[in-house]
Amino acid sequence: MVEWRDDAIVLAARPHGETAAVVSLLTRRHGRHAGLVLGGQSRRTAAILQPGQQVDANWKARLSDQLGHYAVEPSAPYPARILEDPLALAALTSACAVTDAALPEREGHAAVYEGLLALIDMLPTSAGLYAYIRWELGLLREVGYGIDLTSCAVTGVTDSLSNPLSYVSPKTGKAVSASAAQAYQDKLLPLPGFLCGRGEPSPQALRDGFKLTGFFLERCVFAVHHQPLPAARARLLDRLEQLMPVAA
Amino acid sequence: MIGAELDRLIQLLGKLPGLGPRSARRVVLHLLKKRETLMQPLASALIEADAKLLTCTLCNNVDVHDPCTICQQSGRDTHQLCVVEDIADLWAIERTRSIKGRYYVLGGLLSALAGITPDQLRIPQLLARAVAENITEVILALPATVDGQTTAHYIADRLREANIPASRLAHGVPLGGELDYLDEGTLATALTARRSA
Repeated sequence: MVEWRDDAIVLAARPHGETAAVVSLLTRRHGRHAGLVLGGQSRRTAAILQPGQQVDANWKARLSDQLGHYAVEPSAPYPARILEDPLALAALTSACAVTDAALPEREGHAAVYEGLLALIDMLPTSAGLYAYIRWELGLLREVGYGIDLTSCAVTGVTDSLSNPLSYVSPKTGKAVSASAAQAYQDKLLPLPGFLCGRGEPSPQALRDGFKLTGFFLERCVFAVHHQPLPAARARLLDRLEQLMPVAA
Repeated sequence: MIGAELDRLIQLLGKLPGLGPRSARRVVLHLLKKRETLMQPLASALIEADAKLLTCTLCNNVDVHDPCTICQQSGRDTHQLCVVEDIADLWAIERTRSIKGRYYVLGGLLSALAGITPDQLRIPQLLARAVAENITEVILALPATVDGQTTAHYIADRLREANIPASRLAHGVPLGGELDYLDEGTLATALTARRSA
């Protein structure tokens, strides 16, 4: 019998049979890991298996490659404030759906776990969406497709006020400075200033941030599995567009 | 050996929620023992229900009339609409006798995971009805889950665009609930939504 106990965040739960549920958890040490929760559709347990809920998970199986059974107990109160805020709720659903679809199963990614935990805390705040974009950048880095924002890919200069890093090459994922990008701006992805620690947060910066991470997630992570970006992420962008003023 | 008719009956009963092949066999044996008092009335009730029950074209409730009895009741507030996930929720709210208006059954919740979209939930029909009937309040009585609240926010947005006021159920301490036994999430929500005494 194989058994372990770990901290986890619920990513998704699908009904299985009449009473059970197959649950996908992001655990601290064991990565994204699915398991069967007996009675997972019961009123008490279904309330625990909400995306974003932190749980104390105990996994058991006869052999390590089996689906196995989970026993889950909530380890922290559900971030109830998120349920009241439509944008935060859409962002939480999107973060859980992206994690569930992007991370390989049973591969430890403690940084993604810690990042998601911090993101859930930040989502109901005004900086929540900026944190979300940074979290997607972290996820890309963790699965091996990090975007290099240290210096310009063409000239090698670092970010400065006179010549800021303003674009990212869609081919290499490396930053390009404003002066070096002049000839082919339309072929590059805009790099929002807040990702380099400067510039005021703005609706356009959010749009650019989501476009940037969405492009690399789609091309590097999802397209290789012939999957589109999760529908939950598209809904988050729709909601964002409804709430933000139209770009000038 | 079990005859083909009995075997078919066991198989069909075994498809009901909460019943498997073994419990279906027990049910069939029980029905056979009580043919006159249980089996025949049950069979005729099933045939009658199948023949007479309809889905209400206004609210998606199930009744022998279309529009259903609730939609036809004259004493109800025709400008108040209560939106619920399914018929069991409608029955639960109706037992409280707190809603003076009428209902609308969505038939599910928006779910990115299960791929359930607004069109599959008859949300456009809800909006059309709310506009056509000059509804002055839509009560979103949906579950306090991620999918439930996502659906509530979505419908509230669409109603706002149509200038129709919407309200949602409060979340908090249940009647008879000891604070000590409540989970932290519910207690935190109740504190956030506190009102002056």
